[in-house]
Amino acid sequence: MDPLLVELGEAKMKDVEPILVRIEAASDDSVLPLFRTLLEGNLYYIEAEGQVVGQSDVNGETVYKDVFTQQTRTDLQKGDVDKIRVNNKLRGYLRNAMARIQLTAKSPSVRENAVRELLSKLDDDTVEVLEGLYPNETNKKVKEAMGLALAMNTASQTGLAPSNRIAAIEKMSTSLESDVRNLLTRLTRDDSAAVVSAANAALEKIAQRVNRFAFVDQLFFGLSLGSVLLLASIGLAITFGVMGVINMAHGEMIMLGAYTTYVVQLIMPNYIDYSIWVAIPAAFLVSGLMGVLIERLVICRLHGRPLETLLATFGISLILQQLVRTIFSPLNRQVSTPSWMSGSWEINPVLSLTLNRLYILAFALLVFIVLVIVLKKTSLGLNVRAVSQNRNMAKAMGVKTNWVDAMTFGLGSGIAGIAGVALSQLTNVGPNLGQSYIIDSFMVVVFGGVGNLLGTLVAAFTLGIATKFLEPTTGAVLAAILVLVFIILFIQKRPKGLFPQKGRAAE
Amino acid sequence: MSTLDSTRELFRRDQVWPFLAPAQAEVNVGNQMILYVEDLNLSFDGFKALNNLNLYINDGELRCLIGANGAGKTTLMDVITGKTQCDSGTVFFGQNHNLLNKDEAEIAQLGIGRKFQKPTVFEEQTVFDNLELSLKTDKRVLPTLFSRLTPTQIDRIDEVLKTIGLAKHRFMLAGALSHGQKQWLEIGMLLVAEPRLLLIDEPVAGMTAQETERTAELLTSLAGERTVIVVEHDMEFVRSIARTVTVLHQGSVLAEGTMDQIQSNKDVIEVYLGEEAAAGEQA
Amino acid sequence: MKRLTAWFSEGRSTGKHTLPFVVILLSVTILASAANLLLPADSVFYVSTYTITLLGKYLCYAMLALAVDIIWGYCGILSLGHGAFFALGGYAMGMYLMRQIGDRGVYGNPLLPDFMVFLDWKELPWFWLGMDQFWFAMLMAVLVPGLLAFVFGWLAFRSRVTGVYLSIMTQALTYALLLAFFRNEMGFGGNNGLTDFKEILGFSLQADSTRVALFLITAILLAVVFVVSQKILSSRLGKVVLAIRDSESRSRFIGYRTDRYKVWLFVYSAVIAGIAGALYVPQVGIINPGEFSPINSIEMVIWVAVGGRGTLIGAVIGALLVNYAKTRFTAIMPDAWLFALGAMFVLVTLYLPKGLMGLYGQLKAKRNSVMNKESQA
Repeated sequence: MDPLLVELGEAKMKDVEPILVRIEAASDDSVLPLFRTLLEGNLYYIEAEGQVVGQSDVNGETVYKDVFTQQTRTDLQKGDVDKIRVNNKLRGYLRNAMARIQLTAKSPSVRENAVRELLSKLDDDTVEVLEGLYPNETNKKVKEAMGLALAMNTASQTGLAPSNRIAAIEKMSTSLESDVRNLLTRLTRDDSAAVVSAANAALEKIAQRVNRFAFVDQLFFGLSLGSVLLLASIGLAITFGVMGVINMAHGEMIMLGAYTTYVVQLIMPNYIDYSIWVAIPAAFLVSGLMGVLIERLVICRLHGRPLETLLATFGISLILQQLVRTIFSPLNRQVSTPSWMSGSWEINPVLSLTLNRLYILAFALLVFIVLVIVLKKTSLGLNVRAVSQNRNMAKAMGVKTNWVDAMTFGLGSGIAGIAGVALSQLTNVGPNLGQSYIIDSFMVVVFGGVGNLLGTLVAAFTLGIATKFLEPTTGAVLAAILVLVFIILFIQKRPKGLFPQKGRAAE
Repeated sequence: MSTLDSTRELFRRDQVWPFLAPAQAEVNVGNQMILYVEDLNLSFDGFKALNNLNLYINDGELRCLIGANGAGKTTLMDVITGKTQCDSGTVFFGQNHNLLNKDEAEIAQLGIGRKFQKPTVFEEQTVFDNLELSLKTDKRVLPTLFSRLTPTQIDRIDEVLKTIGLAKHRFMLAGALSHGQKQWLEIGMLLVAEPRLLLIDEPVAGMTAQETERTAELLTSLAGERTVIVVEHDMEFVRSIARTVTVLHQGSVLAEGTMDQIQSNKDVIEVYLGEEAAAGEQA
Repeated sequence: MKRLTAWFSEGRSTGKHTLPFVVILLSVTILASAANLLLPADSVFYVSTYTITLLGKYLCYAMLALAVDIIWGYCGILSLGHGAFFALGGYAMGMYLMRQIGDRGVYGNPLLPDFMVFLDWKELPWFWLGMDQFWFAMLMAVLVPGLLAFVFGWLAFRSRVTGVYLSIMTQALTYALLLAFFRNEMGFGGNNGLTDFKEILGFSLQADSTRVALFLITAILLAVVFVVSQKILSSRLGKVVLAIRDSESRSRFIGYRTDRYKVWLFVYSAVIAGIAGALYVPQVGIINPGEFSPINSIEMVIWVAVGGRGTLIGAVIGALLVNYAKTRFTAIMPDAWLFALGAMFVLVTLYLPKGLMGLYGQLKAKRNSVMNKESQA
């Protein structure tokens, strides 16, 4: 192949295409990086070595890398290389060539993507290639995509009989590709009335499916918000359920968790991918210890005075916020997302779910399940449940209520810290991060019924989904207001939430 | 319900439309009966606190309710005074007041007073203020704002203070009283309100023998003019005041009659006195 | 009416602090005003207009603290949303002042305030109609907070929402209003609120005499509110209110519809907050959605807690002290103020549950007992 590269490097613009044809014929899909670099106009020729090299810009510095191995060549200077120029005609050729190479690639997903790439720029050449490959294609998905491309080609051929074209249109109507929709929209202005009506029907059918997926998308965002609410409120649900006090500094526990993530990433900048696994226990510990500290120093002295507790913890939240402002500056901090959490899961052309939200949803459910198990199966859980149902009786039975209170508070705050880790992946980390969650979390707890974890789960997801479904019609602010008003009215009907505790003890 | 039915319901000749009925109609005790409790049911999470309970109280009677813990005595009082909603059944005060669709305040204004198991008085206010608040007066917001104590009312409060033996402590904060004194104050709050029906839950808990005696005297003297229902565990006390005793068991009436009848009732001996007797024998 | 006069002439105890308070308040305000208007600026006793305005602001806060104390100290309802009533009263006044600007705004539109011209609105929204009339705007400053308090209170108290539930609900209320007033489409100036006021009832807001007059009016209204509140709370209604605080269910069982008492007390308190807001806006010259923020409302509670809840005088003293401290602190070291405020929340709830008035009471009781012992010996 090297001689061809030398020819490529030394050829004049008009001679390049035949050389490229020969390169294409002589190689497999390993040539793709070369073509891509050339297409981007970044391919340079090293005259002295008879080699080509890719040029790229990293932080304003020019860097040379081997096209095939991606190894950096530090020994090269600007003077050593000549750019291999391309024009539009060559670019067109390169694109098609790349598509052709990809179409015959070994990996089915590469082939499928190649076909989908081609949908917007079908020409006679590519159609010919596709027609050639279609009968022998073994992978179902690739074959489907190829069929779709061919159908699009058929449908757009005005010379063909309308019946063929309508059949093709019907085939297209199962696809969600935006290219298909563009073509169909074009076809609604077609000369043939039958084709027009078929195109309209197909568009209608596609629109319905798109709406369905848009619904799923909204649902996903609702669930995502719900998972955040769940993480934020579940700690509050425990402390409120067991001790009957509202910790107004709960939001700041979330904030501390988020800042812990930030600090962990500062400490291990080269291992961002693993930082989360360190941050979760670290945040649990930091916030949990802070919770125990607050309980021991302040809350236990205000026993039986829930309103005073509310005020004192509010004071603590002010202090913590200001502390963070003093240490980390009032500006927002950016927490990076590990690579395995970034990106999205593309289910089909109109529906893709962002991975970080997906992971957080799963994580929230995991935390919930672990918490339920802790409360149901461990002795701490038994004590916590005993104290939440009847504090005096539990005390009389020898439960160390002081210790249970501290542990409960630590647990609730620790979970808030974990929520902070999750939130740091979704929003910027700032001193006011937690503030906005205290009202929402409390709404969730009230809605679900105090002292009832399942209620909290249902309430969090209900409120999350309701908010996201209201937002498109009302706007975010009005949606927030409507949800608040709804809860205020809901409490009228059911003051004890969705799943109230019954019996005389509940009063 | 069909339209016809609802129309019929609307034009029932034996009832007055709610908005035409006087707000504070006299309690109709035409049948000498002041409280009708019929088919009362209430369950907490499957536990039947009240089970088809029927109870009729005569006007001017002194009735004792006894029964083991969980027999439904306090729950019954909760339902009568509007604290707890029952699942089904009816409770009428006289013939004309359905207590189930009224709240605690309305029921209290009808003339049903209640003393709780645990004495609850307004601790941050003086004994006198506690009594003033309980006076039988117009208890709406504006009249309360502009109200002044009349000489009659002051006399009434003084009288009650004497009866409950707190005359010397009238300007003391109620929170500073002893447990027994709080019990008395609460009884005084009942008296000053001049209720038709008094529901009294364990009045002598925490009282000395002497005080118990005085309470018994007071309650017997009240009967006749007022109707009194007493819940008590102290059998001696019950024996000393009771004319009619009702035994509750598992949310329904087990037996009713004089103390002697009750003591010789086989069922009662089995479920209530029996245990005590057995315990006594063992001891 | 006869009953009303009888009620006022009656010699019922009106609290031993009332008369001294009114006398001190009014004499200090009159002296300060005179010192501002009559003395030359280089005199030692001259009080600057800045100080007058600052004092006026404090008095508004004191009135607001009274409102919070009436509902929290006397009835046990911890409202974390009184800032909403204050701000609504303020907005009513702000709307009046806005309409008074007339065509002197930047855009010179005779009818529309500047921000509406900026939003390209063509006509005045319906809720701005009539706000150019002083009496109507003042009516709204009282009615709107009162009505909101009535609706909210009716919903909440009827279904027996109490304790921390109610507190968070009130916080949610003011939070919702904060979000709403931030929206430009609401027609209240959005983020920037209402400002650049020129005159009130034809008097320039920049003039010293207007400032002093506003200060005096605030002081007089504070005195009136104080006396009326003291009257109300020492009537039998006041006793019922205390009874509700100490044992609501017991109050119900002796025949009081506690929900109605609470609703009306809540409305009364909200109206006072509204009046305080209406007095506040012309003195500071701006009203914006920030007044709705939950932290403002909760700060009011700490004024009352510091001064001593359950005593009207304590609320006033607390508001004056904390705000004076805030002014000094934020001037010297602004960052430390939030630490101080936070610490105040914690320390007062832990060690001074009855505030400074409670401390004063304790000290006096101690001195008395010591003196008693000495006399016995």
